[in-house]
Amino acid sequence: MNDVPVSIRDTDPLPTVTATIDGADVTVAAGTTILQACGGRDGEIPTLCYGDTITPKNACRLCVVEVEGSRALAPACSRPVEADMVVRTRSERVDHARRMVLEFLGSSVDLSLTANVTAWNAQYGVDLDRYGADAATVARPVKVDNDLYVRDYSKCILCYQCVDACGEQWQHSFVIEIAGRGFDAHVSTEHDVTLPDSACVYCGNCIQVCPTGALVPAVEFDMRAAGTWDEDRQVVTETICGFCGVGCGLELHVQDNTIVKVTSPPDNPITHGNLCIKGRFGFQHAQNRPG
Amino acid sequence: MVGLATVFGAGGGTSSYAEAEAADVIVMWGSNARNAHPIYFHHVLQAVRRGAKLFVVDPRRSETAQFADRWLGLEVGTDIALSNTIAREIITAGLAHADFIRNATTGFEEYAASVEGWTLERGSEVTGVPADAIRELAHAYAGATAAQLCWTLGITEHHNGVDNVLSLCNLALLTGQVGRYGAGLSPLRGQNNVQGGGDMGALPNKLPGFQDVEDDVARAKFEAEWATTIPATDGWHLTEMFDAMERGDLRSLLVVGENPAQSEADVSRAVDLLGGLDHLVVLDIHRTKTAELADVVLPGSASWCESDGTVTNSERRVQRVRKALDPPGAARDDIDILLDLATRLGHDWPYDTHEDVWNELRRLSPMHAGMSWDRLESLGGIQWPCYSDDTLEPPFLHGRLWAADPADRGRPAPFSSVTHVPPAEPITDEFPMRLTTGRRLDSYNTGVQSGGYRSPTRLGETIDISPADARSLELTDGEFVRVTSPRGSVEAPVRIDRGLRAGLVFMTFHFPDEIDVNQLTIDATDPKSGTAEFKAAAVRIEKLP
Repeated sequence: MNDVPVSIRDTDPLPTVTATIDGADVTVAAGTTILQACGGRDGEIPTLCYGDTITPKNACRLCVVEVEGSRALAPACSRPVEADMVVRTRSERVDHARRMVLEFLGSSVDLSLTANVTAWNAQYGVDLDRYGADAATVARPVKVDNDLYVRDYSKCILCYQCVDACGEQWQHSFVIEIAGRGFDAHVSTEHDVTLPDSACVYCGNCIQVCPTGALVPAVEFDMRAAGTWDEDRQVVTETICGFCGVGCGLELHVQDNTIVKVTSPPDNPITHGNLCIKGRFGFQHAQNRPG
Repeated sequence: MVGLATVFGAGGGTSSYAEAEAADVIVMWGSNARNAHPIYFHHVLQAVRRGAKLFVVDPRRSETAQFADRWLGLEVGTDIALSNTIAREIITAGLAHADFIRNATTGFEEYAASVEGWTLERGSEVTGVPADAIRELAHAYAGATAAQLCWTLGITEHHNGVDNVLSLCNLALLTGQVGRYGAGLSPLRGQNNVQGGGDMGALPNKLPGFQDVEDDVARAKFEAEWATTIPATDGWHLTEMFDAMERGDLRSLLVVGENPAQSEADVSRAVDLLGGLDHLVVLDIHRTKTAELADVVLPGSASWCESDGTVTNSERRVQRVRKALDPPGAARDDIDILLDLATRLGHDWPYDTHEDVWNELRRLSPMHAGMSWDRLESLGGIQWPCYSDDTLEPPFLHGRLWAADPADRGRPAPFSSVTHVPPAEPITDEFPMRLTTGRRLDSYNTGVQSGGYRSPTRLGETIDISPADARSLELTDGEFVRVTSPRGSVEAPVRIDRGLRAGLVFMTFHFPDEIDVNQLTIDATDPKSGTAEFKAAAVRIEKLP
């Protein structure tokens, strides 16, 4: 039976390419992006809009790098490494661009729940007051229109990840899109209807990919408002969902013997970080304890 | 599981989820995966995005069907008529895989003769599906480079559910759409450990690892490990247990994590029989309706978050569940309860940890032998079979059927000649409508778990009815009506659903405390699997005065 292929994808190993990044030779599989070659989201190149499970949209421009011979700075998240490419991930021009991005976003968007921003602001010498107290912001009222999750678009950097997760990349529900233009661009349901009036099925796969806390489960939102949300006291345990037979991997975020949030690992080959309403929100039956 | 085991010798789906993404034709038959298995359906959608053709076979134009290239809206319970018609079309058009049939199967001549009468015209007449749609599916499936055939309870919850599964297996054998990467048969399981329960021997005729109870050699191996004597004959499946209660042969029952007082078809009979037992013990995490009937309730733990262990999913992947919470109050780990129960019954079971239990299984079940907990951890789960500590098998089963050397092929897969038999309960003048049941996205089974959270999309129970029937019965959305079957009667609000054709109505079973739909369903069961025909009852609908 050895002539039966294990996989129709069984082919020769992918060809590799070698480039110079910050003076060092780097050899990676063809198709690898500069950001991936430099360690992805955990590497040295800062990024806001890059997600593990979503095709890069080049939205935030924070990950730009210099590619020798290229007129414009290149977004590391989507530019593949090419043979003999010479890349500089830090330079005066790169740092200037990153500082501009952080100042624009930092002055107009609430980044208080965005990971790493404080450190980057220090690293790139960001002046958040540069545009003064009257700088335009995207601040708007928090949308609380259902029991499961909250939308606080004052924190939205328009990374498009929620739109793509809801749409053709994963969920295919197509509930949200970018409405408006220029500075008025914002994520919206059709005609800005409430979620209960939209086609939303509450899978929460938009929450999973949101990098800025604009989309949060209601439990987390309420606990933050009450000052009881404390990630230092939370333990994350991996298990398998108890509904249906697909076997989705869950990460249970537990604080004080209570599940306060459910996520799924982005690298889980079954879920790719996605769940349905039952997996993400259906955990309360295990802890509706007598008062 | 019975059907697949009959044909291939292993009661598990033959493919992996990722293979759906590599298929160029996907047939979802009696499966509303968009709602019932949403994350599996993500894999299907990846294939559809890439250009794969999706066929959905379902009496309802379900949410899944809305993503299909072609919806085949067959009459409830005509699955075998449809598959036999597809088979005849494949054979007649010369699209059968002659080499595979010759090398890897038996019984083709008899099977071909059995489907000979199923012309497109006859098939169309019996199933209600247009002939050109049947023909299109037949040609696409047979001509695909790799085709997936998936099904769920729309196939199995019938009085002839096993024959339904066999009829789908026939199509895969006829076209060689099994045993290759991307080509296979994928039953989607309804619970997170249906597959694992069967794997562990929670079947009346099997020991763990699908070893036969009636096999003396297998039994001797277990008897040596367990230091006890195992009855040498098959036990009872659930339906047979209720029959045994009726005869008085079964007087005591231990129910673990099941709610038969609400989940059984013809549920009034089930409640009467449970109530008449000498002794009923229920081990559960909730005070279910079944627990309310019990003499003793043992408060257990939620296996997915309050205990350690494994579950096995629909692609045969064994994965670890882990304890994240302490169970409340006096509730205990199920295994501790069972160990104490064993001790009281005079047996000293030698397990200190959950892993000890698992390692015993690895000693006894060859298909689990290579799955140490360390390996399950580092690999993120392992698909069975896994025979040794340093090997993994291909992600699909039955590649042996394609082996060049006949000695490597093993037992050929038999075709099964199966006959179309309509649902046990015919439509009559008194009960003129067909009731079928199923799930909604945000709810689950009898609602014991899903009732615990607040879903913005929860509808509560409804009787879904076609626009045409709503017009002729003069019903409006939300109006309460009486739904009556030969067994019982409930009142429910009307929900007009454009996905239903005239004569077909739909209900869930998620809200039995409010509307007990299983008063209506029929317990006509498949003699081989014991599964009841939840998918086909006859009812009438009356306006309330």
